[in-house]
Amino acid sequence: MFEYAPAPESVRPRIRDHYGLFIDGKFVDAADGSTFKSVNPADESTLFTVAEAGEADVAAAVEAARRAHESVWGSMSGAERGKYLFRIARLLQERAREFAVAESIDNGKPIKETRDFDVPTAAQHFFYHAGWADKLAYAVPGGPEPRPLGVVGQIIPWNFPLLMLSWKVAPALACGNTVVLKPAETTPLTALMFAELCREADLPPGVVNILPGAGATGEALVHSPVDKIAFTGSTAVGRSIAKAVAGSSKRLTLELGGKAANIVYDDAPIDQAVEGIVNGIFFNQGHVCCAGSRLLVQESIAEDVLARLKERVATLRLGDPLDKNTDIGAVNSAAQLKRIADLTATGEAEGAEVWQPECALPERGFWFRPTVFTGVQQSMRIAREEIFGPVLSVLTFRTPDEAIAKANNTPYGLSAGIWTEQGSKILWTAERLRAGVVWANTFNQFDAASPFGGVKESGYGREGGRQGLEAYLDV
Amino acid sequence: MSEQSKPEQGRSKQGAGKRGAAKRTATERNTTELARLHVKKTYKLYVGGKFPRSESGRSYAVTGPDGAELANAALASRKDARDAVTAARKAHRAWAAQTAYLRGQILYRAAEMLEGRAGQFTEELSAATGKEPHETLGTVEAAIDRLVHYAGWTDKFASVLGGANPVAGPFFNHTKPEPLGVVAVFAPQDDPLLGLVEAIAPAIATGNAVVVVASEAKPLAALSFAEVLATSDLPGGVVNLLSGKVAEIAPHLAGHEDVNGIDLGGVEDAALAAELEATAAGTLKVVRRPGTAGSSLDALRRWVEYKTVWHPAGMAAGVGGGY
Repeated sequence: MFEYAPAPESVRPRIRDHYGLFIDGKFVDAADGSTFKSVNPADESTLFTVAEAGEADVAAAVEAARRAHESVWGSMSGAERGKYLFRIARLLQERAREFAVAESIDNGKPIKETRDFDVPTAAQHFFYHAGWADKLAYAVPGGPEPRPLGVVGQIIPWNFPLLMLSWKVAPALACGNTVVLKPAETTPLTALMFAELCREADLPPGVVNILPGAGATGEALVHSPVDKIAFTGSTAVGRSIAKAVAGSSKRLTLELGGKAANIVYDDAPIDQAVEGIVNGIFFNQGHVCCAGSRLLVQESIAEDVLARLKERVATLRLGDPLDKNTDIGAVNSAAQLKRIADLTATGEAEGAEVWQPECALPERGFWFRPTVFTGVQQSMRIAREEIFGPVLSVLTFRTPDEAIAKANNTPYGLSAGIWTEQGSKILWTAERLRAGVVWANTFNQFDAASPFGGVKESGYGREGGRQGLEAYLDV
Repeated sequence: MSEQSKPEQGRSKQGAGKRGAAKRTATERNTTELARLHVKKTYKLYVGGKFPRSESGRSYAVTGPDGAELANAALASRKDARDAVTAARKAHRAWAAQTAYLRGQILYRAAEMLEGRAGQFTEELSAATGKEPHETLGTVEAAIDRLVHYAGWTDKFASVLGGANPVAGPFFNHTKPEPLGVVAVFAPQDDPLLGLVEAIAPAIATGNAVVVVASEAKPLAALSFAEVLATSDLPGGVVNLLSGKVAEIAPHLAGHEDVNGIDLGGVEDAALAAELEATAAGTLKVVRRPGTAGSSLDALRRWVEYKTVWHPAGMAAGVGGGY
């Protein structure tokens, strides 16, 4: 293996010392003065402080969003709304590098990913949905021109902070809703930079409101007089939100956890499959709800696949997220690192065989080596629970029927992977997998034009594509 | 063709007339035909294609609007509800895997069977609601027409709702709607046949299997409708019908881990509906709240979720990501 010289990203975004809440087009401090700090997970240094929204702030933001919906945004023509979204997409593209670096610093993910995936895809989501704003009558056939819902409360996770914001904000705005969005407490930076960008785009005040905070802020938002809640995060929190809105008229869409099976048949293109397995579980340190965390490999090729997989994983570069050669960055937080370590420990305790490449970990920050468990049984926690980290559980199967049975043996149903050169086997398998997204001979592909979301306990509703608009229209 | 359709066209008027005559003979029967003992029907549940009594052995008296006893209906228990879910789950996979064309033909067959028994349903609805036979005949005919309507949807809704997605890369990307699985349906209380058909047809047209709790006070038409389904080549277990107390059965269906969707359309008690929705949240079921209506396409969309499949379309596009 070649040694690479450090290649750190040279652009440094301007990160302020302190950020306020973004309500009604203005940055303000929390009514009760609460603040919290955001930490760089790669070195544990404090990046900035930020106001923490409480109930009063949620109320103010929802009121501002309501005013904006009633006075300007809800009645604006679709064509004009679309032009605002096109403008936002363009500004994001212009400032793409700055956003990418900021995201990498606040989240810990490699610059390679923020630069090539998170930020360009976020811009694409605004560009794509901008074009829908004046074509909504074509989006939902069989009825009159669909109406927006009104004010939407949105709660997003820390794994793809800007991208998840774009998945939420772009369709909501295109459909004529106004939004109050809570970014995750460990990754508020790019959402606040996005608020600045909304001002730069002259977006009318109150159309987008950003409220940094933790669980209590989200809970206040769920209980506030919004017309809809859109949530991406854990299944446990999703359940509690679904309970909270029961009996109300609030709409709800949920994009929750996953434990995706990545099925490798004996006639798969092995080299490509190995790349896909690595991408499936180690992309974004495995902090991906649709990660291919359960590898189901046909018994006859398991030994070969595992040998090649370990060889490949040993070449992954772990370290400075801002180094352009880094494959695996920092785990987002100390809490997440502990969860990954705890679940990994249960895997060993339950008798699975653990393997990790020998790679040095930086002294400061939150890091976890890529980990592969073999000899995994379906009953083990590492085969059932979402680890949300760079930990792969390998199981084997003998027949396609057994692969399907094992793949579907989970309360989750977000995504799945299939590897085989045989077209009919792909379609046979895809038909039987209980998952919202199926990647065949590829993995972890995302696009604004492609609906994303789960079934069963991975939630309901779609984001992206024509079908994703249903979540933000009164249909 | 014209010969075949003539009696059909004329049926509604003649039928109504005949039923008027039937009423008269019923009166005469009491006076002049005492020797002929009327054979009463036992109304039972419909689970897994069979007609069992409640395992609890219980039944309840169903009365008409004037308080006169019409029949006894089985009072379904928790165990009956669980058996029905098991039957539905077992039937779902094969039903969803059938061709859409076949599902359409079976729904059309159900319409044919209902048409053939329109007279019986007209009488049952009149007895249950107190409405005049000409009015209830219209309801039966509307129910038949809804079955025909949804029969025609089975092989079309996927092309209307799904399609190819033009993603920004060398990939084939396709989205299609798939059934949720097992849906628990609380049929409308005051619209015992048409409302029932309107709740069941879109759910099964899209490939779901259903467990239906019939109108609590007016379950007889629903239980007779099970006989229509049983003679329509509909595989057993695709539709399961229970009669009983909504408040007793509903919590078990709302909390059942193997139920994917729940239609609260027929739950009239708002507090109970809210409670059931909260229970359903425990397993993240898709919920239809009471009072929501829409087009037939909206009804079809209610019990599906979209599946999107990606495949590389370029030879070099083997995998994604940057590794």
